[in-house]
Amino acid sequence: MRKSWVLATAMFLCLPLVAGEYYVNLACQIFIFAVFAASINLLLGYGGLATLGHSAYLGLSAYLSALAALKLGLGHALAALAALAGTTLAAAAFGLIALRATGLGFLMLTLALSQVLWGTAYRWVSVTDGDNGLRGLSRPFQMDDAFSFYYFSLAVTVFSLWMMARYVGSPLGAALKGTRDQPRRMAALGYDVWLIRWITFVYAGFWGAVSGLLFVYYHKYIHPISLSLAYSAEGLLAVIAGGSGTLAGPLVGAAIVMLLKNYVSAYIERWNMLLGFVFVLIVVFMPEGVVPGVKRIWLRFRSRG
Amino acid sequence: MLFLLAAGFSLIFGLMRIANLTHGALYMLGAYIGVSVLKAVPNLWLAALLSGAVVAAFGFFLERFILRKLGGNVLGQVLVTLGVAFIIADLCLIVWGGDPIPIPTPAWLQQPLQIAGLAFPAYRIAVVVVAVFAAIGLFVLVEKTRVGAMIRAGVDDMDMARAVGIPVSRLFTIVFCLGAALAGAGGVIGGPIMSAYPGLDADMLPLALIVVILGGVGSLFGAFVGSFITGFVYTFGVALLPDLAYVILFLPMILVIAFRPRGLFGKFAA
Amino acid sequence: MAALQIQGLKKAFGGLPAINGVSLEVAEGERRLIIGPNGAGKTTLFNLVTGDLPADAGSISLLGKDISRLATHRRAHRGLARTFQIITLFPKDTLEHNIVLSLLGMSPARWDGFSAFSTDLYRSAREILQRVNLEGLATRPLSDVSYGEKRRVEIAMALAQKPKVLLLDEPLAGLSREERATVKALIAAIPRDVTVVMIEHDMDTALDMAERITVLHYGSVIVEGTRAEVVADPKTREVYLGY
Repeated sequence: MRKSWVLATAMFLCLPLVAGEYYVNLACQIFIFAVFAASINLLLGYGGLATLGHSAYLGLSAYLSALAALKLGLGHALAALAALAGTTLAAAAFGLIALRATGLGFLMLTLALSQVLWGTAYRWVSVTDGDNGLRGLSRPFQMDDAFSFYYFSLAVTVFSLWMMARYVGSPLGAALKGTRDQPRRMAALGYDVWLIRWITFVYAGFWGAVSGLLFVYYHKYIHPISLSLAYSAEGLLAVIAGGSGTLAGPLVGAAIVMLLKNYVSAYIERWNMLLGFVFVLIVVFMPEGVVPGVKRIWLRFRSRG
Repeated sequence: MLFLLAAGFSLIFGLMRIANLTHGALYMLGAYIGVSVLKAVPNLWLAALLSGAVVAAFGFFLERFILRKLGGNVLGQVLVTLGVAFIIADLCLIVWGGDPIPIPTPAWLQQPLQIAGLAFPAYRIAVVVVAVFAAIGLFVLVEKTRVGAMIRAGVDDMDMARAVGIPVSRLFTIVFCLGAALAGAGGVIGGPIMSAYPGLDADMLPLALIVVILGGVGSLFGAFVGSFITGFVYTFGVALLPDLAYVILFLPMILVIAFRPRGLFGKFAA
Repeated sequence: MAALQIQGLKKAFGGLPAINGVSLEVAEGERRLIIGPNGAGKTTLFNLVTGDLPADAGSISLLGKDISRLATHRRAHRGLARTFQIITLFPKDTLEHNIVLSLLGMSPARWDGFSAFSTDLYRSAREILQRVNLEGLATRPLSDVSYGEKRRVEIAMALAQKPKVLLLDEPLAGLSREERATVKALIAAIPRDVTVVMIEHDMDTALDMAERITVLHYGSVIVEGTRAEVVADPKTREVYLGY
């Protein structure tokens, strides 16, 4: 399994050599979305906590970075720091509220909380310029060409995914999985279930913030729609389509969703409706997602040969 | 107005443990259908009832054919309702276009009412009256009738209810349709105040969530109280701090959750 | 100093009293058996002691220190361990991973969010499995293993926590005759620095495992004493008549 990661990274390193700017840009979008989806998966797949409010962290981080640059005139490094710190703090606070409940209550609270940010972004026009969004942003190190930004985002993506993988494989990650499967038993064994979940929530929020930075650098623009439920739902879809509870799942799912979005929206205007249909189809027919399904078929294939 | 929306949501969530994320979309659908119905039947209240019925039928199909298959798969249900919400939203966009469509206030309620020297918009009072009637009606249904008793039994202990012979599946369908009807009718009744526009569902859904979380799951009274508190806070919030009105809206919910995870009158923690 | 001291414990579920003012004291190293017919409140009592349920009134002390208001995981760190009536382990994980989780629960390493697992943990897990004669199955997933073996894993996990007081909730339930003998031997071999409190349903099998017995009925203690005393007491027979 380790080999496939190295292979994939190598492939991506070579991509700009063979593909044009369009594909390089598309790959960037996939990377950003993959980090986003992976951070959701920390909560959903490994923590057993379904969240519908993760766009809050991507969006908040993007907005904070943009505001820091536009209104405070901060340089990229400081702006990024401010964005990450601010968003992580928000995740900490949101986690305190959302984790008062579990299961559906938790889901509804995360949704409600991200909607606060979404609504505020639209209405606090004096700060966020509402429906116009914030534009005129720049990329760090003046990476305005597609190729240098590609390598930057590839590096950030690989690092983020690696960190998240280490988390999952660590003792805390094992404890998290335990709380997903048997929370009562874990408490009896001496684990502080709430604290484990809260730490994971904040960590997931942090990586969501990282994806937000990449997002705002790539697009050089941020709009309240990035804080929307639809965006959280797309992230969730990516995790589920790819297979939650695996490391590769969210990545595959992110690629699928992004590719779908890019190609299909050329033909069909109503992307949301398609998203809805895909949700329904996947949930009803393929609940475990693509990656576990492929794994299963691959194992069966191997045992035959 | 908020109550009609919230009551349906609370019922569905409380009994069926389904967070029906389609609810906002059903509200919007009701509003749009109301628009079309009004062209044929100029009476708002009748349109509300008809809309409610159509949306209920929609809910019937949703529950019967899709949600039923996913019994127990909580996440799946949430995603499906979310997906359907998206589908409805875009469908409405296709059928009725992207411009907001106002729904006219019934003529006889257009004049403000004079009560104790203060002028109140008559239609809003009418809405409150309708909400009160609906609340009373639901209360009677749930507390006094046999069907209501069965519903309550189901909420308290689903397995036991099944064991006693209560037709839980059929009950689920009824509850879901009832909830959908309330949402749909609510969409029309709220129409003169909010009109029908794309994005109405996204605006309404979080409000329903707030009201139900605040008031407590499974409690209609909680939904009633919750909608009043929320409506109150919102009106004042918009007046005082229009930019942050959204944050203020969520404040009561956050405060209540921090101190009482089951909401003001909830039967169990969300 | 008593290992476990319960005073005036009360718990009601919506008006229905499940535990009605229970007081008992278990000495250090003692083997105590709590019996009673179904619904007497035995598992509720355990749940109150472990903190899974909050008590309405009364106090619980572990080795002289009051734990009545502590959260479940904190009580575990004070030296309380338990098994569950229905085995709730981690079926998709291997036997050794299950034990590792138990060992990790007591160790500060459980907060490490970055490094890989230390091999020491797995080695200790194997040693523990060896002590219950299950080392051969260490790398098999728990779901592959028989019910009796799962029960032994569960007890091993509880012992891995190095508890001072061990609560066993119906450890012999659902076991075949051979498995029961193995588990009984395992329990009998628990060192004396661990106090053992057991719930059992079936009087015949459990009686010879305990030194003192508490009989619970409708949430109250009706008889308490040595084996001989309890068996002789007419109230015990009353409770179990027609049973």
